[in-house]
Amino acid sequence: MDKNKIIELKGISKAFNGEQVLKGIDLDIHDKEFVTFLGPSGCGKTTTLRIIGGFVTPDSGDVLFNGKRVNQVPPYKRSVNTVFQKYALFPHLNVYENVAFGLRLKKMKETEIAAKVAEMLDLVNLRGYEKRSVTLLSGGQQQRVAIARALCNEPKVLLLDEPLGALDLQLRKEMQIELKKIQQRLEITFIYVTHDQEEALTMSDTVVVMNGGEIQQIGTPQDIYNEPINAFVAKFIGESNILPGIMHEDYKVEFAGDNFVCVDKGFRHLEPVDVVIRPEDITICPPSDKVINGLVESVIFKGVHYEIMVRAYSDLWKIHSTKAPEVGSVVGIDFTPEDIHIMRKMESSQDYAALEHMNGEEAGTIG
Amino acid sequence: MAWMIIFMIVPLLLIAVFAFTTTVPCDRDGNRLDEEEAAEIIAEEQAYWEENEIPLDERESAVVEKTIFTVQNILEVNKYMPTMLNSIWMALVATLICLLIGYPLAFMISRMHFVSQKMMLMLVMLPMWMNFLLRTYAWMTLLERNGLINRFFGLFGIGPFEMINTQGAVILGMIYNYLPYMILPLYSVMTKIDNTTIEAAQDLGAGRFNVLGRIIVPLSAPGITSGITAVFIPSVSTFIISRMLGGGTNMLIGDLIDLQFLGNAYNPNLGSAISLVLMVFILLCMSITNAFDNEDKEGGMLL
Repeated sequence: MDKNKIIELKGISKAFNGEQVLKGIDLDIHDKEFVTFLGPSGCGKTTTLRIIGGFVTPDSGDVLFNGKRVNQVPPYKRSVNTVFQKYALFPHLNVYENVAFGLRLKKMKETEIAAKVAEMLDLVNLRGYEKRSVTLLSGGQQQRVAIARALCNEPKVLLLDEPLGALDLQLRKEMQIELKKIQQRLEITFIYVTHDQEEALTMSDTVVVMNGGEIQQIGTPQDIYNEPINAFVAKFIGESNILPGIMHEDYKVEFAGDNFVCVDKGFRHLEPVDVVIRPEDITICPPSDKVINGLVESVIFKGVHYEIMVRAYSDLWKIHSTKAPEVGSVVGIDFTPEDIHIMRKMESSQDYAALEHMNGEEAGTIG
Repeated sequence: MAWMIIFMIVPLLLIAVFAFTTTVPCDRDGNRLDEEEAAEIIAEEQAYWEENEIPLDERESAVVEKTIFTVQNILEVNKYMPTMLNSIWMALVATLICLLIGYPLAFMISRMHFVSQKMMLMLVMLPMWMNFLLRTYAWMTLLERNGLINRFFGLFGIGPFEMINTQGAVILGMIYNYLPYMILPLYSVMTKIDNTTIEAAQDLGAGRFNVLGRIIVPLSAPGITSGITAVFIPSVSTFIISRMLGGGTNMLIGDLIDLQFLGNAYNPNLGSAISLVLMVFILLCMSITNAFDNEDKEGGMLL
């Protein structure tokens, strides 16, 4: 990936009516990158996007485009375009005029406009819809018009604010693939906002997980999924078993009433930690002294796998398996040291970076 | 449907009947008499009745009134064409100024916080809670030669200005009384314009004027049409404003009609004829406005 920084956010803070929405966001976005802001509603992801778009001015901090500060530049002078959450098409214009809107403002020649609009409608598979009224299109078609309209101005960066939120699951999946294709074909930067973790993992080069106005973790989808930095990220991305534990020494952790070998180090002696184990990393085996044994409480068929809840002492384990044990039977819970992810309590990316720096390691998990 | 007939069709038909008829004197066989002849006969009868002391209930005149069809009334309206055109001109000016004041105001209100919106709308409506006559009368006391405004200017040694009994005062009265009718329909269409639509236009490179010209005006076109209709029609046919603020020097078509029905020029047939011609004029003006509206989009009128 091209490491050209196209957008930089430096210490961005924003409060609405006294409520702190963003608490010091630092972020670099590179050229031709597909970046996703992922987080629950109210985490500040849309506000961050609107700051980049120019619709919101940050209270403090700087927004830089290609190294130039653009805090006060109004939206119509920025080289970014936005696909809005509810499409925001112009209801009084037909499909053609909606797409041509930006070009008309540039006072382009009619023939050039016609060629560009045709190209864009081709790109989003809406050829032949030129004369249709946008109010009569389906949700998916309206979404395509919104994308074509935003791309028509040939922006360097396209901002997408939960663009697929209103579409049904099947259509959403199709559009995810299509959007990714468009991004690769046009070789521009996409900044995508979503609360859907699957969407984020499917499309992104880089995922920015946000919560409570702060960035929790920045990384590739694989990093975010396999090496969540804290319990929040682990919980938000996929499903997890999160158990309280104590770090005895490097590579040795105590949880669920036993000591385990793990691959993490650099914690204080007897430091309290969160232990995360993904349900699909756990295998069910016959009960024995070497593993945790528990009672199967429930088995739910989920399509691809069964979701099995096993109670061992006071802990309830969630396990994904293609084979279903009988409810009421005793089973063993087995996992390897690599499956154990140790997290400092309430850890954010800053702490993590500091920690890595302290250990003199390379920032392996931070993209 | 029945209500439509009772409240709209029947009164309209009555006006039409009045406008195209007049009463003429004739004898009992239905032969028409000219005015002099009729007056002569009546005078003779009167003398005869008096002389012979005929009781009142036995006196039967040989002259009766008969209603006949005529276009004379309509043709007579031509005489009042200057008044008619003056009324239309003044109403147009008042409507235009209402639009210029009301449009930005309605837009500002529509972008306010929900609670402030309700508050502002109430302020717009507030003068309408007061009686129409009283509102206009209040302006008389303000505009008078010894009125508040002139007295205020007098403090600085300016004036007094001749404000009342001018065309300007009449137009002011129209604007003051009918401005809410402009603001309300505009507000109601503007609240439906989503902020993200405006943001989308800005995002695509539209500055202030392009947002206004390409997004807000086309999307509020139905409100503009309704507002113009709602202000123009009552302005063109208003009759008390000009009498109170215009001092009778600026007679409007409404005053003329009033005079034919309730004034000393009693002639309901002519009054109806003037109303009918006025209706045709208004219809013409409205179809022009609607043509503009339909050009923009298929959206219908609100009023």
